Amino acid sequence: MKFGVVQFPGSCDERDAIAACETVDGAEAVLLWHRDADLHDVDAIVIPGGFSFGDYLRCGAIAQFSPVMASVITFANSGGPVVGICNGFQVLCETGLLPGTLLPNEKRRFLCRQLDIEVADTNTPFTRNLTQGDVLSIPSKHQGGRYYAPEPLLEQLEADGQVVFRYANDCNPNGSLSDIAGVCNVARNVVGLMPHPEHAVDPRTGSDDALALFASLAGGRAYV
Amino acid sequence: MSTKARVLIRPKAGILDPQGIAVEQALPALGFAGVTNVRVGRLVELEVEDPEQLDAMCQKLLANPLIEDYEVLEVGA
Repeated sequence: MKFGVVQFPGSCDERDAIAACETVDGAEAVLLWHRDADLHDVDAIVIPGGFSFGDYLRCGAIAQFSPVMASVITFANSGGPVVGICNGFQVLCETGLLPGTLLPNEKRRFLCRQLDIEVADTNTPFTRNLTQGDVLSIPSKHQGGRYYAPEPLLEQLEADGQVVFRYANDCNPNGSLSDIAGVCNVARNVVGLMPHPEHAVDPRTGSDDALALFASLAGGRAYV
Repeated sequence: MSTKARVLIRPKAGILDPQGIAVEQALPALGFAGVTNVRVGRLVELEVEDPEQLDAMCQKLLANPLIEDYEVLEVGA
């Protein structure tokens, strides 16, 4: 199993993402520099958090045009599993691989907290080893995490089970519609979420609840 | 020969704009009373060889049509 972790100028969680991928027995994880369109035969791709291109224009807006993203789009359209975390989620929304977008937090503050996240759907490569309703303790740290989709699209996401994670315990930290913390695409192989599972793989740093997510992702394309 | 253009991008009506709220709340603290409905957008100035492409530029990069409205303010030499 070989994971690829994309690195843009301004990414800052790629090292933790590599460490999280390598918690899976026998897995290898490599950095994919944004200027290199070669995906180096990876089986799954993680787009990590950070501030790609300084968040200029809109979060994630510039990163979508890096050479690596054309390859990521081809990989995703052929069914390859792709997970975007925080800024990676924003990048995937900007590319159109994921529905909707992320707006500035309702309360205008940078959010940095350990939060409970409920698994809302398990029919994705990132959640298939979990059970619907599982609650995971995962940190969130972002200023622009308010999930938004216009009304007909939001209804469709709910009807099709494309909401993958929700903020649990009636704690919606950023004003996201329907407490949405993460969604997937129609084909279900691309997942994005604002919380940071790569920081929740070791009890010494608060939680290892996200180990099961990376173990799920290690199944590669065979997820349905 | 390039043409100067300005693109005004603003949050769509109905989209909560925290920046606008922050500015609206700051103004009374400075003694400016009676200010409501502050919305903060973005102005992009650019010179283009083909002004016909401006709309596509807005759709693909300068604005996010899900959450933002845009208008090309002026196109002149």
